Amino acid sequence: MTITSARPKSRTDSTPAAQAAGKRFYTPYSFWFYLPTALLYSVLFLIPTFASFYYSLTRWTLFDSTFIGLDNFVMFFQEPALVKGFTNTLVFAVVTSGSKVVLGLLLAVLLTSRIIGRGYLRSVVFFPVLVSSIGVGLTFQVLMNPERGLINGALGVIGIDGPGWLTDPSWALMSIALIDVWKGVGLATLIYIAGIVSIPREYMEAARVDGAGSWESFRRIVLPLCKPATVTVIILSLIGGLRSFELIWATTRGGPGFTSDVIASVIYKQYQAGFYGLSTAGNVILFLVVTAIVLPLNWFLNRREVDL
Amino acid sequence: MTFRPGTRGPAVLAVCSLALTACSAGSLGSSDDSGGGGSIEITYLIGNQEQDLKEAQQLSKDFTAKNPGITINLETRPSGSEGDNIVKTRLSTGDMTDVFAYNTGSLFQAIAPDKNLTSINDEPYIGDLDENFRKTVTSGDKVYGVPSGGFMGGAVLYSIPVYTKLGLQVPKTWAEFIANNAKIKAAGGGVAPVIQTYGETWTSQLFVLGDFHNVAAAEPDFADKYTKNQAKYASSPAALKGFEHTQQVHDLGYQNKDFASAKLPDGLKMLATGKGAHYPILSGVVNDMIATNPNAAKDVGLFALPGDDATKNGLTVWTPGGIYIPNTTTGDKLEAAKKFLGFVASPDGCKSLASAGVPTGPYAVKGCELPADVPQAIKDMQPYLDKEGGSSLALEFLSPVKGPSLEQITVEVGSGIRKAKDGAARYDEDVKKQAQQLGLAGW
Repeated sequence: MTITSARPKSRTDSTPAAQAAGKRFYTPYSFWFYLPTALLYSVLFLIPTFASFYYSLTRWTLFDSTFIGLDNFVMFFQEPALVKGFTNTLVFAVVTSGSKVVLGLLLAVLLTSRIIGRGYLRSVVFFPVLVSSIGVGLTFQVLMNPERGLINGALGVIGIDGPGWLTDPSWALMSIALIDVWKGVGLATLIYIAGIVSIPREYMEAARVDGAGSWESFRRIVLPLCKPATVTVIILSLIGGLRSFELIWATTRGGPGFTSDVIASVIYKQYQAGFYGLSTAGNVILFLVVTAIVLPLNWFLNRREVDL
Repeated sequence: MTFRPGTRGPAVLAVCSLALTACSAGSLGSSDDSGGGGSIEITYLIGNQEQDLKEAQQLSKDFTAKNPGITINLETRPSGSEGDNIVKTRLSTGDMTDVFAYNTGSLFQAIAPDKNLTSINDEPYIGDLDENFRKTVTSGDKVYGVPSGGFMGGAVLYSIPVYTKLGLQVPKTWAEFIANNAKIKAAGGGVAPVIQTYGETWTSQLFVLGDFHNVAAAEPDFADKYTKNQAKYASSPAALKGFEHTQQVHDLGYQNKDFASAKLPDGLKMLATGKGAHYPILSGVVNDMIATNPNAAKDVGLFALPGDDATKNGLTVWTPGGIYIPNTTTGDKLEAAKKFLGFVASPDGCKSLASAGVPTGPYAVKGCELPADVPQAIKDMQPYLDKEGGSSLALEFLSPVKGPSLEQITVEVGSGIRKAKDGAARYDEDVKKQAQQLGLAGW
C-alpha cells in the first residue's frame, strides 16, 4: 500500500494531450480566461510584494521615501529586541507545534473511539478555534491576573501560590504558548480525526488477528498511516507559530519589557513607531525565515512515501 | 493528505504579502460630503479617551450653538501609537477628516506639517496663543494648531491623608522623597509608598520623563545637545537619574505588590483611597480619578518630581494637544473648520472645555482663567508655573528625538529585569532610529 503525493514526475507526462501537443503544453482555457485573475493577483499580491522589497531598502515616512540601501537590514539585525524576538519566535513555534501534534493526536484517538456524545465532544474541542484570538487573549488576561484572576484563585484554594502568568518575565511566553495550544489544538485534532478515520478498518482487524494489542496497533498502524496528517499539522502550526502575533499582542504586548516579544510584534511596534522602511525590511526577513524553515522541513517530511 | 508542492510556494507568498500589506488602516467611518442647503457639516477626528470625547462633544455643542449653520460630526480613533499610525495613514492617503486632534511637539513634527496641514498664521487669534504652546505646533515659520485643552504636569500625585497622618512634608529632594517612602513603609497598614501600574506601560515612564525639569536645571543645554546627538541619557549623570530612580523604587520594595499587572484605574483608586501614597503620573488623569472617587478632589495633592537640588526643584510641563486642519479640507468646509479653530482658541472655548470636566492644568490661551473649584492637585501646579524658573517643558517638546520603546524599557528597569544604566543605554539606541527617520543632522 502506498500513499502517493500528487507529484507528477514532470509536467509533460501529466496529461496525454500534452504529449500530443508537442512542446507547447495543452491547456483547456484560452489566454483571455486567465487575464482577470492574473490582473487581480498582480494588483493584490505581486505588486505589493515587490513594492515591499523596494520599500525595505528605503527610509519611508509614508509621505516620502529616501533610498538607503541595506541600512534597514543592518539596523534591524542590530535591534536588541531582535535576538530576544528571534529566540522567542522559535521557542514559541516549536513548543506550540509540538504540543499540538501530541495533544491533537491523543485527542483524535479519544474522539474516534466509541464514546458517548462523540459528535458533541468533537465540536467542543473545535470551538476555541472559531473564537477570535483577541477575545481569547483578553479573557485569559483576566483569568491569569496574578492577584484577582480565576486561575490563581483556584490554585490558591488547593494551597499553590500561582505565578504571575503573564507578568513574570520567566513565565510570560510559556503562558501565551499554553493559551495558543488551547486555542489551536482543535484544528490539529480535526486533521488527525480525518487521518485516523481514513485508515481502512481491515488493517486494524488484521492486526488484531495477528495478536496486536491496542498499543501495538496504535504504534504500527495509526501512527505511520497518520504521517500525512502529522506533516500537515506540523507545517500549519509551525507557520502559525512563527507568524503568531494577535494572541501575544492581546495578552502582554510583548511585555513585561521585551520578554515575550516575537518577530511579528517587534515588526508591529516598528510600524507603530512610524519606521515604515525598517519594519518592511523586518517583514522581508520574516518572509525569508519562514520560507527557510518551512521549505526544507516540508521537503524532509514528504521525502519518503509511507510503505506498509 | 500530502502537502502538495505546487501550491506551497504561492501559499507562502500570499500569506507573507498579506502580512506585508496588513498595516494599512482603513477609514474608520465615512463622512458625508456636502451638507446641502445653508448648513455645513464638518467631521472632527479625536482620540477615543473618555475625557477627549467629552470635551469634543461639549466644544462642538457650544460651537454649533454660536454658529447654527455648522454641524460638527465626531469620529474617534485609538490613542497611543496605534492612533499615530491611523493619523499618518489617513493624511498620506488624503483621507483625513476636516479637522483633527493630534499631539504637539515631536509627534506633530512626524506628520510632515508643511506637506499635510493648513497653516493658521493669518488668523486673528494667533497672538492669543501661549508662547510655549505655539512653539510646539510650529514647523518652519508657520503655526498649524490651536490647543485642545490645558497644560499638563508630569509629577507625583500624593495622598494628603497619608501625609497628615504620618506628619510628612512635601519633599523637595529625592533623598527626602525616599525618606518619606521609608516612613510610609515602616508605618505599615498596607499602604504602598509608590504606586506603579505596568499593566498600562505608558504609566511607567514618569520617573524619567517627569524628571526633565531637574535635568534641564543641571544641564541647561541638554535638549539642544540631545537633538544634535551630543548628549545621551546613559552618559549624562543628570539624565540617568530618572532611570536610577525607577530602579531604586523597585530595589527598595516601595512599589505596590501588584505593580506588574495593575492598570491606571487601579493605581488611581489606590491613591484616592489612601492605599498608596505616591503616584508619579500626568495631571491629565486627575479628572478620571475624581469621576470615580469624588473625595480625591480634596485628598490628592501634587508635587514636582524631586531632584538633587531643593532650590532648583520644579515642574515638568506637557503642552496641550493641538487641533489641526489638513490641506485636504477646502471651500466652505475650510471656512467652517477655521471658524471652529477660532472658537477653540477663545475664552469661550476654554469655558466650554471647563464645563466638560476638570481641567488638566492652566489653559494655553490668553484670557482663559481656571475655574475657582479646581481640585487640589491642579491647584498645586499653579505655584510652579507662577515661579520664575519653576517649570520646564518636557523634553519631547524641546527636541524631536523621542524613542518609541521607552515605556517597555522603564517597565524592565522598574521590574528588576534590567539595570538603570543598561536601560538608559538601550533607550539611547532606540532614539537613534527616530532621529534617522526624521533625517536629523548628526545621526
